[in-house]
Amino acid sequence: VITREAEPGVSRHNVLERTWGPPPGMFSWFRTLDHKAIGKRYIVTALIFFVLGGIEAAIMRMQLARPENGLVSPDRYNQIFTMHGATMMFLFGVPVQIAMAIYLIPLMLGTRNLSFPRLNAYGYYTYVVGGTLLYVSFFLNMGPDAGWFNYVPLSGPQYAAGKRIDVWAQTVTFTEIAALAGAVTLIATILKQRAPGMSLNRIPVYVWSVLVTMFVILFAMPSVALGSFMLAFDRLVGTHFFNAAEGGDPLLWQHLFWFFGHPEVYIMFLPATGFVSHLVSVFSGRRLFGYTAVVLSIIATGFLSFGLWVHHMFTTGLPQLGQSFFTAASLMIVIPNAIQIFCWIATLWAGRPRFTTPLLYAIGFIVLFTIGGLTGVMVASVPFDQQAHDTYFVVAHLHYVQIGAFVFPLFGALYYWFPKITGRLLSEKLGKLNFWLFFIGVNVTFFPMHFLGMMGMTRRVYTYLPESGWGPLNLLATIGAVTIAVSMLVFFYNVVTSLRSGVIAGDDPWGSFSLEWATSSPPPSYNFRDLPFVAGLYALWDREPDTPVATGLRDDRPEILLTTVTDATPSARHMHPDPSIYPVLSALGTGSIFVGSIFTPWAYPVGAALLFPTLLKWVWKWPPLPGERTESEEPA
Amino acid sequence: MREFSVTHPVGPQAARLSEMTWVLTWLTTAVCVIVVGFLLYSLLHAHRRGNAVGGPAVERKLWWWVGGSVSATTVILFAILIYNLSTGRALAAFADPDALTIRVIGHQWWWEVEYRDPLPNRRLTTANEIHIPVGRRVRLEVESRDVIHSFWAPNLHGKLDLTPGYTATTYFRADTAGTYHGRCAEFCGLQHAHMDFFVIAMAPPDFARWFEAQLKTAASPADTLQARGREIFETKTCAMCHTIRGTEANSGIGPDLTHVASRRTLGAGTIPNSRGHLAGWILDPQRIKPGAKMPPNQLAASDLHALLGYLESLK
Repeated sequence: VITREAEPGVSRHNVLERTWGPPPGMFSWFRTLDHKAIGKRYIVTALIFFVLGGIEAAIMRMQLARPENGLVSPDRYNQIFTMHGATMMFLFGVPVQIAMAIYLIPLMLGTRNLSFPRLNAYGYYTYVVGGTLLYVSFFLNMGPDAGWFNYVPLSGPQYAAGKRIDVWAQTVTFTEIAALAGAVTLIATILKQRAPGMSLNRIPVYVWSVLVTMFVILFAMPSVALGSFMLAFDRLVGTHFFNAAEGGDPLLWQHLFWFFGHPEVYIMFLPATGFVSHLVSVFSGRRLFGYTAVVLSIIATGFLSFGLWVHHMFTTGLPQLGQSFFTAASLMIVIPNAIQIFCWIATLWAGRPRFTTPLLYAIGFIVLFTIGGLTGVMVASVPFDQQAHDTYFVVAHLHYVQIGAFVFPLFGALYYWFPKITGRLLSEKLGKLNFWLFFIGVNVTFFPMHFLGMMGMTRRVYTYLPESGWGPLNLLATIGAVTIAVSMLVFFYNVVTSLRSGVIAGDDPWGSFSLEWATSSPPPSYNFRDLPFVAGLYALWDREPDTPVATGLRDDRPEILLTTVTDATPSARHMHPDPSIYPVLSALGTGSIFVGSIFTPWAYPVGAALLFPTLLKWVWKWPPLPGERTESEEPA
Repeated sequence: MREFSVTHPVGPQAARLSEMTWVLTWLTTAVCVIVVGFLLYSLLHAHRRGNAVGGPAVERKLWWWVGGSVSATTVILFAILIYNLSTGRALAAFADPDALTIRVIGHQWWWEVEYRDPLPNRRLTTANEIHIPVGRRVRLEVESRDVIHSFWAPNLHGKLDLTPGYTATTYFRADTAGTYHGRCAEFCGLQHAHMDFFVIAMAPPDFARWFEAQLKTAASPADTLQARGREIFETKTCAMCHTIRGTEANSGIGPDLTHVASRRTLGAGTIPNSRGHLAGWILDPQRIKPGAKMPPNQLAASDLHALLGYLESLK
C-alpha cells in the first residue's frame, strides 16, 4: 500500500472534492458530515456562549462593585450566577474542547474525517438545542436559579416550584449526550484512524490529551446523567431520591454531581495542557522535553481526577478518615501537573523562544496555573478548606485555574490554529494587546478575591453591607473585569478584521511539527490528497525529503484507511457514511422529547415513538445495487 | 480586631486554622516565586543564548533539574499532608462531655438557636444570636428544616453544613469576650446574602445573667399602649408564625420574639434593631429583604405605634 510520492494530479482534487465536499442540493448545510464544517460551527457556537457567559459575569461584577447596589434583584442575580456557571461549564468549557478536537484531530492524525461522522453531527446539533433551550428559558425569566451545582433540596420540588430547575436538568442532559457522542467519535478516530506509521509513541501530545479526556468524559458523564435523571424524576413524577423526609438523601446528589463535576474540570484542562505542549514546542523551535513523562502525566491526571470529588464536600461533616483520603488524592494530582510544568519550563530553557501571541498565552498560562494550582493545594487541606470553602477565596482559585489553565491555552490555540482554519493570520499587534489586557485583567479581578475570602466574603451573595469592609476590593475586581471585557473586544475585533484582511498564512506559517500543517490552509474537504506517512514523533520535522505516502484508497468513493491500534499499520479500508439529514432531525427529535418532558412525562413515550423512524432511517442501509460492494471493510 | 475574619482567631481551633492559613500562604507564595522565577530565568537565558540546544548532555542536565524540582514538590506535598492530618486531629480532639450544648437549626433565611438542657424548663430558644460564656467549650449541633445551609463564624471555627436529614456536631470555644459575626456559607436561595448571625462571647457571670433573663417569659405590658400592642400581636397575623412566651402567640414558623428587643439586628443581620427599622420591617419586610417568608402587614398607624411599643418592651 505504501509507495513513493504519487503522481501529482490536479484532476484528483476535483474527484476528491466531489467525494468529500459539501453534499449537493437543498439542506446541504445541515447534511454535511465534514469534521471541519461541524468543528468550525461548534467552535463558533461555543464562543458565542463564552460571550454570553462573560456578559453575565460582567453584570455580576457591576452589581458587586459597591455595597447594597441595586442593579439587579436577588432573583435575577441568582439566575445570572447560575447561568454564568452553567454556560461556562456546560455550554462553553466542555463543548469548546470537543469542538477544537473535532476540527483538529483528523488533521493531526492524517485522516479524511472522523469515525461515526453522523453521531458527531448529531452531538453538535443536540448541543445547539440544549444551549438554545437554556437561553430561551433565561430570556423568558425561566432561567435556573439554584447554582450550576444545583444542590438539592433547594432545587427539589419543595423549594423550587416552576420549571426553572427542569430547564437546568434537561440542558445538562443535552450536554451529556453531546459530550458522549463527541467522546465515542474521537476515541474511535484516535485509536483506529491514525496515519500509517503513527504508532502510540508517535502520537502528538495534544492527541494524547484528547484521548485521555474523552475517556474521562465516558466515565464522568454517566454520573451526572444519573443524578439529573433522578432529580427530574423527583420533580416530575414524585420520587424521593433526594428527599430526606422520605428516606432519600440530599448528600447523594452531591456525590453524584461532584463525581462528574471534578473530572469536568480536567475535561477542560487536559486538552489545554495539550495545546500548551504544542505551543511551547513549536515556539521554542525544539522538541518537547520529556514527551513520555508528559504523556504519562496526562494519563495519571485523568485517573486521579476521579479521586478528588469529596474535596467539594469537606464541610458536610463526613468522617475525617475518609476525607483524608481525598486530601491525599488532591495533593497527589499536583505531582503529574508539576511534571508537566517543569517539562515546559525545561523546553523553554533549551529552546529559542519566539515571543508570538500563542507563546505569550502559554507563558501566561504557566504563571496563572501555578498560582491557581497552589491555592488548590491550600484548599485540598480539610481544615483550611473549612475556612475557605464557599468564600471568594475559592472563587479566586477556580477562576485562576479555569481562566489561567483553560481559557489562556485556548486563546493561545486559537491564535495558533486560526491561520489553519481560515487561511489568514491574526494580527500579532492586536494579539499582544489582547494578551496583556487579558493577563492584567485576570489578575486585577481575581487576585483581590483571595483577600475577600479571608475577610469572610461568601460566594453567591447578590449584595453585601457597607460595614463589611469588602467594598474597595470588590470595586478593584470590577475594574479588572472591565479590563478583561476590553481585551475580549480587542480579540473579536482582531478576528473580524483578520478574517477579511489578515496576512495570508500559507500551509505552515509557524514552522510546526504536526500533520495538520502539511496540508493547505484552510484544508480541502478531503484534508490530504495523499494520506501522509509518519516517520517520527514530530511528523513534519522528522520528514525525509522522499517520505512515502499511503495510497490505495479510491478517490471516487469516501474511503477511510483504518490502522492498527498500537503500531498504526494499515489494516482495512472503510466505507465512510454518506451525508445525511437524519442526524439533525434526530437531534431535533431528541430535543423535543427532553423539552417536552419539562411539561409532561408523556413526552417520553410519545417523543420516542416519533423519534424511532428517524433513527431507523439514520442507520438503515438499503440492499446493494447490482455490482455494488456489500462489504464496507476489506483488507487494504 | 476584626470581628469577621479568618486571620483574627479568638478560640483555639480558629487559632490553629489561622496558623495553618499563614503557613500555607507563605509556603505556596515561596513555591510560586520559585516556579515563576524558573520560568522567567529560562526565558531570559534562552533568549540571550539565541539558539535551541539538545543532545545527551543537555537532556541529562534537564532531567536533573526536572527530577529535582518534581522531587522537591513531592516532599513539600508530603509535608503538607502530614501537617494537614495533625491539624485535623487537633481540631477533632476538642470534644468535651461537659460542654454547653447549643443546637442551631437553619431556616430560609434565619437561624433558630436552642440551648439544650436535660431539664425542660432550662431549655431556651432564641434566634440569630448565640451567647456563649468565655472559656467554656460549646458543643454545636446543627441541622436544617428546609434546604442546606452552612454555619460559619470564622473567628471561632471553620464551616459546618446544615443538611436536612443529618445532625452534624462540632465544638468550639471563645477565649476573648466580644461580638463575632457569622454567616450562612452555602447558597440557600433568594436571601442567602442576608443570613447572618452573631456569636456573643461574655464573661461567665454575664452569660449566666443573660441566660436567666432569657429564660423568663415575656415582660407583661407596662401600660395600656403596650397591652394594646400585645393584643394586636396575639390577634393579627403575627401570632400565626411567631412565639412570645407567656402570651397566646405560640407558633414555631418564624423566630421566637420573647426577648426580641434585646437583639442587635432584625432580619438575621439585615438591618439594625431600632424603632424605625422595626416599623419598616413589620409593614413591608419584602422591601428590605425581598423573598423573606414574612408577608407585608397593613396596620393602622395607632396599631403600629402600640405594637412597636410592646415589642420594644421585650428586653
